[in-house]
Amino acid sequence: MLETRGLTAFYGDFQALYGIDAALGAGETVAIIGANGAGKSTFLKAITGLLPCLPDAVRLQGAAIGGLAPARIARLGISLVPEGRKLFPSLTVEENLLIGAHGRAPGGYWNLARVYGLFPILAERRRVPSTSLSGGQQQMAAIGRALMANPRVLLCDEISLGLAPIVIRDIYNAIPAIRAEGTSIVLVEQDIVQALAVADRVYCLQEGRVSLAGRPDELTREQIHTAYFGT
Amino acid sequence: MEQAYRIAVGGRFGRLAALAGAAMLVFFVALPAFAGRATIEDLIFVFYMLALAQYWNLLAGYAGLISVGQQAFVGLGGYTLFALTVMAGLDPLLAIVLAGLVAGLLALPTAFVVFRLHGAYFAIGTWVVAEVYRLVFAQWKQLGGGTGTSLPPEITNTVFGIEWVKSLFDVRTSAARDMILYWAALALAAGTVLAVYLILRSRHGLALAAIRDSEPAAASAGVDNFRTKLAVYVATAMGTGMVGALIYLQKARISPDSAFAVLDWTAYVILIVVIGGIGTIEGPIVGVLVFYFLQSYLAGYGTWYLILLGALAILVMLFAPRGIWGYVSERTNLVLFPIRRRLVRSGDGA
Amino acid sequence: MTAWLDTLLQGVMLGGLYALFAAGLSLIFGIMRLVNLAHGDLIVLAAFVVLVVTTALGLDPFLAALVAAPLLFGFGYALQHLLLNRTLGRDILPPLLVTFGLSIIVQNGLLQGFSADSRRLGAGALETQSVSLGGGLALGVMPLLTLASAVAAILALNLLFYRTSLGRAFRATSDDPETAQLMGIDNRRIFALAMGVAMTVVTVAALHLGMRANFDPTIGPARLIYAFEAVIIGGLGSLWGTLAGGIVIGLAQTIGARIDPEWQILAGHLAFLTVLALRPRGLFPRAVD
Repeated sequence: MLETRGLTAFYGDFQALYGIDAALGAGETVAIIGANGAGKSTFLKAITGLLPCLPDAVRLQGAAIGGLAPARIARLGISLVPEGRKLFPSLTVEENLLIGAHGRAPGGYWNLARVYGLFPILAERRRVPSTSLSGGQQQMAAIGRALMANPRVLLCDEISLGLAPIVIRDIYNAIPAIRAEGTSIVLVEQDIVQALAVADRVYCLQEGRVSLAGRPDELTREQIHTAYFGT
Repeated sequence: MEQAYRIAVGGRFGRLAALAGAAMLVFFVALPAFAGRATIEDLIFVFYMLALAQYWNLLAGYAGLISVGQQAFVGLGGYTLFALTVMAGLDPLLAIVLAGLVAGLLALPTAFVVFRLHGAYFAIGTWVVAEVYRLVFAQWKQLGGGTGTSLPPEITNTVFGIEWVKSLFDVRTSAARDMILYWAALALAAGTVLAVYLILRSRHGLALAAIRDSEPAAASAGVDNFRTKLAVYVATAMGTGMVGALIYLQKARISPDSAFAVLDWTAYVILIVVIGGIGTIEGPIVGVLVFYFLQSYLAGYGTWYLILLGALAILVMLFAPRGIWGYVSERTNLVLFPIRRRLVRSGDGA
Repeated sequence: MTAWLDTLLQGVMLGGLYALFAAGLSLIFGIMRLVNLAHGDLIVLAAFVVLVVTTALGLDPFLAALVAAPLLFGFGYALQHLLLNRTLGRDILPPLLVTFGLSIIVQNGLLQGFSADSRRLGAGALETQSVSLGGGLALGVMPLLTLASAVAAILALNLLFYRTSLGRAFRATSDDPETAQLMGIDNRRIFALAMGVAMTVVTVAALHLGMRANFDPTIGPARLIYAFEAVIIGGLGSLWGTLAGGIVIGLAQTIGARIDPEWQILAGHLAFLTVLALRPRGLFPRAVD
């Protein structure tokens, strides 16, 4: 489905990624873990076109999409749930969901009713400005907004960040329903436990490189600890 | 091994440039002895546009205050000169200095209003204030109201030093007057370039550079952004006011529409700075020369000339945003006015 | 007493014209934080386009404006797409200078093409008709129509903003252009459409400018200043605030002119400076600069 090969990325003169090789199969859920500054968010920025990269470095179903404009990449079927939610403050909750479907032909599985079915609290609060939602509700709205595009690949950047454990559980409970529609998912997380519980495979990043890859049940705690923190 | 470092400004080439500058200054001071009147009048124009451009560059290119209302201070300077010479009978050269003070003083209430706006809105705000000054001066009946007034010849003909110049060069009154205005313009232009250079080399120059790069970062490093900007605004108003006084002393005729004209005193000045290279001292010098030649050869084409200037501004901004000098300097590392600080090992040559 | 009431009514209606000038400026600033220094000259350009259509097709100004509006929409779209989009970024100098250059080009281009002569869009009988309010008060139909057009234009823009998916995209892009792109919204196209919409409003403004008074190629900058004052007085990003701001300027100018005709423009500027000194964020602040 989605594949990166030798993906490098720079912030000005600073190199943040040193050749990432990763793959995401159709319907698969992959977790990307790593410490702060390991390059996880940079990896997503490069895939979504917010950072420049070589065309061949990112492939979607075999087609080179690296470095295309973010809007084009989004329309090709890659949706991002950005770190910090990034809901549009002057739009209501429902408008935020609708903007996720902007310019897409209707008819996909996900629509307003199904998103409200997944997160019933959003239906109750559909008319309020997105700024008046709680953190967990905002995260649900951000996921719902990304789903409204009926993406082939859903990229989730730190969806548990800053949320209470019980809220995190609620949000992760939605993942199986999203997987059930065949959507491939990339979960970027610092919270290893949650990520490993739902992921088919995991990549660990360290200082801009893949330090470990494998199936969660085949990896030992020590391996992950070493890959995560170094030493 | 411990290594000692010190901070150096400039280099060998900078000293060479300083020598060349001094030689040029001597040349320009002596120029009226052998140049014709037309050359002298052209150079007066070049000098005052250069001074205006340096002030706007300091304001916009260094302090980040993009004003399209500097005509306010040109007009204030011009009108102050007329008021002080016609109504109070002061010597015009003294009046030029006082006009600078008046412009600087009025810059304070002006800043009180326009500093409430930021970025592009600051720009239009300064324009509105300039319009207010224009409309207020159109009400000043003693100085001709909306139609303006002329400077009586006896005022310019008795300017300080004119008898001395007449006898020294054996010229008529009008030629002697032009020479004195020429030296005044040269002094203003050279003084402006030197003053801007010294400011930028000083501690305040560092503060300005910090503000230009990032206001929050400058503030957190202990720079008082507001006071620094205000100081630059008032200082450039004073300089612009003095130039305005000189311009209208030479023109000997003033009206609100010409003295507060956005095209002459701001638009052209901005074009000079942008074409030459904003944010450098060399840029306005290059820009004013380009502008002078365009004006000499093309001004006869009227509206087409202005359309060309507008198009040039757009093209430079899109394709060479650092102007002609920026383009040259990037490729050759040529710097005539070194203001960058470099870390060098003690003992090494600078 | 009646005379003063008349002055106030005239002021409100003049404010309608200024609100029309300002609506396009407000829209563009709200969506893309672009301050268009050529806005006034574009209004004058639009007035000349309407004038050319009236004479070429023999239409009355209203129908001519209907023909001109889509042309000017296309012009605005192209202008943004080909030129102004290249100037947008963190640095405010490029858009300012490019629109400043554009202002000089439009102004002198019009001078070249149409000379400095004063023109007018003839509105026929409408120009002299008035509605009597009793007690010696009467309102001109033309000024009334201008005010109504301003209200209608702002109503329409609000509907566009809050009731359509394009408006949603406008607001999302205005909030956070980077995240909007991640939603598949092409900023550059959104900005071009916004400029097209702004030029459509400018066409309405130009129609009323040309029917109420004489115009020539040099009057653009003054219209820019009135528009700018209305936007700031109303508060950045608020369209109804822009209408209120236009009315404040209109009232100040007519009251000033009533005291002394030479004070008309000055009074408007002083009202603006007073509001700026007392309420720097305008009467109805919304957008964060």
